[in-house]
Amino acid sequence: MTNTSDTWLLKVEGLTKIYGEPNENSVRLTGPLFGSNICPETDCIVACADINLELFPGEVLGVVGESGSGKSTVVRLLYFDLESTAGVAYFSRYGNGTLNILNESGQKKRYMRNHLMGMVYQNPKDGLNFRFSSGGNIAEKLLMAGNFNVGRIRERATELLEQTEVPVRRLDDSPASFSGGMQQRVQISKAIANNPPLLFLDEVTTGLDVSVQAKVLDMIRTLQQELGIAMIVVSHDLSVIRMLTDRTLVMKNGRIVEQGLTDQILQDPQHPYTQLLVSSLL
Amino acid sequence: MIPSFKKFNSRFNFAFIDENTKREIRRKLLKAICLPGYQVPYSSPEMPIARGWGTGGLHVTLSVIGKDDVFKIIDQGSDASVNACNLRDFVHRVTHCRVTFDTHAATLIQTRHRIPEEQLNDGQILVFQVPQPEPLRAVERYETKTREMHGEADYARMWVSLYEAFVRYGDIMQGAGYPVMVNGRYIMSPSPIPRWDVPNLHQSDCLYLFGAGREKRLYAIPPHTDVVPLEFDDVKFRIEQFPGIRCSLSGTGGAFMDELYNDLGHFRHVINDSDFLDKLVEHKTRPQQWSNKYLQQVLDEMNANPDLES
Amino acid sequence: MPPILDVRQYTKRFDMHVLNGKRIHALSNVSFSLEPGELVGLVGTSGSGKSTLMKSIYRTYLATSGAILYQSLRYGPIDLVRATDHQIIALRRDEITYCSQFLSVIPRVPAVDVVAESLFRQGIDRDRGQQQSRDYLDRLGLPQELWDAYPSTFSGGEQQRINVARAIIARPRLLLIDEPTASLDQRTKDVVIDMIVALKAGGTSVLCISHDRYTLDRLADRRIELQDGHVVAASEPVS
Repeated sequence: MTNTSDTWLLKVEGLTKIYGEPNENSVRLTGPLFGSNICPETDCIVACADINLELFPGEVLGVVGESGSGKSTVVRLLYFDLESTAGVAYFSRYGNGTLNILNESGQKKRYMRNHLMGMVYQNPKDGLNFRFSSGGNIAEKLLMAGNFNVGRIRERATELLEQTEVPVRRLDDSPASFSGGMQQRVQISKAIANNPPLLFLDEVTTGLDVSVQAKVLDMIRTLQQELGIAMIVVSHDLSVIRMLTDRTLVMKNGRIVEQGLTDQILQDPQHPYTQLLVSSLL
Repeated sequence: MIPSFKKFNSRFNFAFIDENTKREIRRKLLKAICLPGYQVPYSSPEMPIARGWGTGGLHVTLSVIGKDDVFKIIDQGSDASVNACNLRDFVHRVTHCRVTFDTHAATLIQTRHRIPEEQLNDGQILVFQVPQPEPLRAVERYETKTREMHGEADYARMWVSLYEAFVRYGDIMQGAGYPVMVNGRYIMSPSPIPRWDVPNLHQSDCLYLFGAGREKRLYAIPPHTDVVPLEFDDVKFRIEQFPGIRCSLSGTGGAFMDELYNDLGHFRHVINDSDFLDKLVEHKTRPQQWSNKYLQQVLDEMNANPDLES
Repeated sequence: MPPILDVRQYTKRFDMHVLNGKRIHALSNVSFSLEPGELVGLVGTSGSGKSTLMKSIYRTYLATSGAILYQSLRYGPIDLVRATDHQIIALRRDEITYCSQFLSVIPRVPAVDVVAESLFRQGIDRDRGQQQSRDYLDRLGLPQELWDAYPSTFSGGEQQRINVARAIIARPRLLLIDEPTASLDQRTKDVVIDMIVALKAGGTSVLCISHDRYTLDRLADRRIELQDGHVVAASEPVS
């Protein structure tokens, strides 16, 4: 929700992920028109297809849709957790935005993950190693960015925990003993440890109780305003989308069915599915 | 009467292992030498001893040994332990090579968990028996993942585990098998040698070969290779300290010590390397030791306090 | 000088897919313009399309047909109907502010930060933004003990004042303001009106919806009346 400039930070074209063995009709015969993402001919699953998007520096983009709509798949492809079946993605902060980051080597992808991206998963277990302390989890990102000074690592970890309102005396405790909200905040500390220009948030408040949810959302907003990080926020919860994002993509059966300014999506939805989604909002 | 004749003069091939298998192991060793610190999978054939009792070291030894080699074997510094004696007898029986206790006289030394105190030279090979070749196993249990991590030099979790040890205990506690970075590329487990020995892997004149029989892996450090223990900018690698402690048999220090307890609970210190100790006590000479900055510091301190010599 | 805002043949129709494709004709062929520095009052009965028009200009609603030409500082003449989402985001940040009837609050954000949010977005640092924000809240007579409280718990009148302060503090080029003085007492009403007058004196063009005769008499240069989605009466620009 802060400054956006006139050039994209991330540009994605035709991003597709298919599980199983597709044939030439698989993409054509799936999607919202068919109400399914399972190919009737080969039974392959088209998790997402033909995803095009542009994210500007400092912009917050929402991705909303029901379970199985492919919204998490999109961010996991972009964070290299999954391998894409087709499509290209350019990242202006890597190779001047001329390289398809999805085709880079594992080593280069890891460089991007450690220096230029952050990810916060719905389940803290996916983003944190519970066998390490919270400080150790944050240290992992800092070590991989070439910081080999224990004193400075601890200073930075302390600073991050303060920023995310985790009691600093828990620095050396394993996040396994933390509450859900606190685990999520440690995960966020880790994700932003190297000041990345791009952050993915995958259902970060799902499963937290309402007061904790508000606290986490507020913290994300504040961090975003202060650090100007561009974010892709995945959620099935329209109030999270309303609170955090400038623009929103609506996904169904692995496709984008509508995109626009968030207030427009919420107040003047065009696609029948979006209208249904908005009208179901409590 | 049916004439009896012997088809073979000996019941087994020279050095026990058949030539084809030896060739395979030598080929893998060459690969290991070409990629310092990289773990090369190999066949690990059956031996007349159980896996986990030094089969990896034995495979390497028997594949590289020649008729002119002089063989020495130590077990945690000792030539006389049961394990060392049995393996020495076995190697001698299947090769008829000369065997020795003298570190300097040996051309091929097999070892369990120590590097001799006496410096090795460019005519010598040291063969390590390795129980667990994978330094990343403690942080990642799947082999497919650790191979990927090595492939991509993804050592984040290794470093975090060192950080965690420091945070928890105030020091990097890894005692035996301190992880090292070999040639700036692979993190390697030096087998469970004490930290005292780790600096001696760096830029040595001799060849180091490692065999892990149970895990079916070979690796190597060729002569004159950079081997650096993992350390932080502000938390450094240190070797074991024996402040003011002297060997109760030789009266000197500057070597890795054993603590020996008697039934009354009293203990005394004795130099661990039996050949080194013998030379000090019987020949009254101090063999040429390795030169590294850690040992140098220990020797300097010892020489600064000669009055402690008993 | 061309008008800062020129609405041409603007039509908005809602297609309600969830209601079996029911169509609502909200605005039909609406045309009018707004001169730089002018304040136009939008009047009409409830449901006549005033708020729809305002949200259409702000692009919360997508056009069915027509054009809305805006003279932007950043982009020059630009059609708000066809501008990209990113252009709209930039215009909302720097040039156009919309102040709705209802305050949409974010949980756990104190009043002072709600008001200063547009300043933060423009890159003004936290301390200065909050200082300005307190100044506005003070002038609007919001009790000091509420400044650091969360507005979701405020009364209607208090929320209204937060909402107005939030819109005015950004000093936009074009202000779209919906019922700024409803549910305010006479004294606060005058404070708000004075603030809008001052803003206008600084060059801001304003489109204002109000049912309140007093507010419009004090503020509006001219009025446009909507009825059933059509412009039924519009006075000519004063110039």
